[in-house]
Amino acid sequence: MSTPKLEMRNVKKSFGSKHVLQGIDLSVEKGRSLVIIGGSGTGKSVTLKSVLGLVKPDSGSILIDGKETIGIKAHERDELMKKFGMLFQGGALFDSLPIWHNVAFGLIHGKNLPKAEAREIAIEKLKAVGLGSAVADLFPAELSGGMQKRVSLARAIAASPEIIFFDEPTTGLDPIMADVINDLIVECVKNLGATALSITHDMASARKIADDVAMIYQGRIIWKGAVKDLDHSGNPYVDQFIHGRAHGPITDITTKAA
Amino acid sequence: MSEPVVKTKTPVSFVLDACAAIGHSILNILGSVGAITHFAGQTIGHIVRPPIFGRHILRQFIDIGYYSLPVVGMTALFTGMVLALQSFTGFSRFNAEGAIASVVALSVTRELSPVLAGLMVAGRVGASIAAEIGTMRVTEQIDALTTLSVNPVKYLVVPRVIAGTLMLPALVLIGDIIGIYGGYLVSTHILGFSAGNYITQTWDVLQTVDVVSGLVKAAAFGFVVSLMGCYHGYNSDRGAQGVGAATTNAVVSSSIFILILNYLLTQVFFS
Repeated sequence: MSTPKLEMRNVKKSFGSKHVLQGIDLSVEKGRSLVIIGGSGTGKSVTLKSVLGLVKPDSGSILIDGKETIGIKAHERDELMKKFGMLFQGGALFDSLPIWHNVAFGLIHGKNLPKAEAREIAIEKLKAVGLGSAVADLFPAELSGGMQKRVSLARAIAASPEIIFFDEPTTGLDPIMADVINDLIVECVKNLGATALSITHDMASARKIADDVAMIYQGRIIWKGAVKDLDHSGNPYVDQFIHGRAHGPITDITTKAA
Repeated sequence: MSEPVVKTKTPVSFVLDACAAIGHSILNILGSVGAITHFAGQTIGHIVRPPIFGRHILRQFIDIGYYSLPVVGMTALFTGMVLALQSFTGFSRFNAEGAIASVVALSVTRELSPVLAGLMVAGRVGASIAAEIGTMRVTEQIDALTTLSVNPVKYLVVPRVIAGTLMLPALVLIGDIIGIYGGYLVSTHILGFSAGNYITQTWDVLQTVDVVSGLVKAAAFGFVVSLMGCYHGYNSDRGAQGVGAATTNAVVSSSIFILILNYLLTQVFFS
């Protein structure tokens, strides 16, 4: 059996008395796209941030290509980050930099490419996400939400990463634009041959971009399987979530609302 | 139906509650001091290690230094003018008007120019740094830097701290000249002093240590203002309220640190 590209073993994380991750076990094979679904506050974002090193888990193990990443030195983390690309929920574009520089940022500062060369690559990547070179010199505030998301996707793929992370890629977009972004994600991941790990509660997005789906609930993965098995998982939690039912075994959302 | 039980606080429980509150505050303060010290250490560590973002440092020189010049200049000018007027009013009671030039020169260079420039820059620059970095924290731009293999402390904090530490002495030096000139203007045009005497007296009374102590203070204040702005912005809580609180905390903590440091440095130089 081949080594998974990404593996999490019994990862736990608490913030004060709040136990957000209570033992996450997860693995993603090379070239596969795994989508983690789950309600708000179930630990999706913390899972993603733990893999990225933005949050330090209290215990457990996170392996990339079979190598432990928790507790590695800063320069090793910098090297590891070069394997990653990340599409943030809100885009997280740098307001003070023009679009091309946003896309080329990792190439200039992370990979030390000359600016002119990085700009050319940035314009190529912008074209790959359906944006013309005319937007290259604009600033993020001059673009619509959908265009900002495309720019953010272009930035995520600019350095041809081995693993791409997508944090709620369709949040805040209209259904058509959401579908466009989903198509772009599938296309970009396939073209790069990358491994993808996404988190979302948008089921249309999950069905489109996932090879495999995992459901997180109360800080644990309660089901994992191929996307084609999602509708007959036999798991009442998954059934309630994917059909968006107010009543079922997932009670904390409805009790919170009440 | 039974009577509801009303718990009355005994004097002992009142004292225990007060002790718990005081202990909690002390722990919070110690925690903050530790966090700020760690942040300062991290920043200094990155200052001495390459790569250095030269263009960002230059940009911060302009933002922190050049754009603070009008507010620091105005403050120094009017402080020098008021000082001359007040000194004249006070000293004339003892027939000591001749000391005005000395008082203005020493007060401006040793104390007023560095402290007032520090406080003005804390208000203008410290708040702006905290708001900018705080917004970057809230909108995940700082996390984005990390995912792009760029250390946020090196990219965001180091240029601001270098620029703050180097530009405040430059502003204070200009403030010294403008402040003394303010005193000169009032003394010669309103109070009827001789221009030549005023300049000679100022030149005679000023020693190198007077100016240098002010510049050293300014460098320390510049470091503190930029560091506090960065620290509070970097650790800003989520939402607009978090950024607002970070901005307020940056200005308040910088101002307090400036006043404390001013006393300590004055004692080092002149005691």
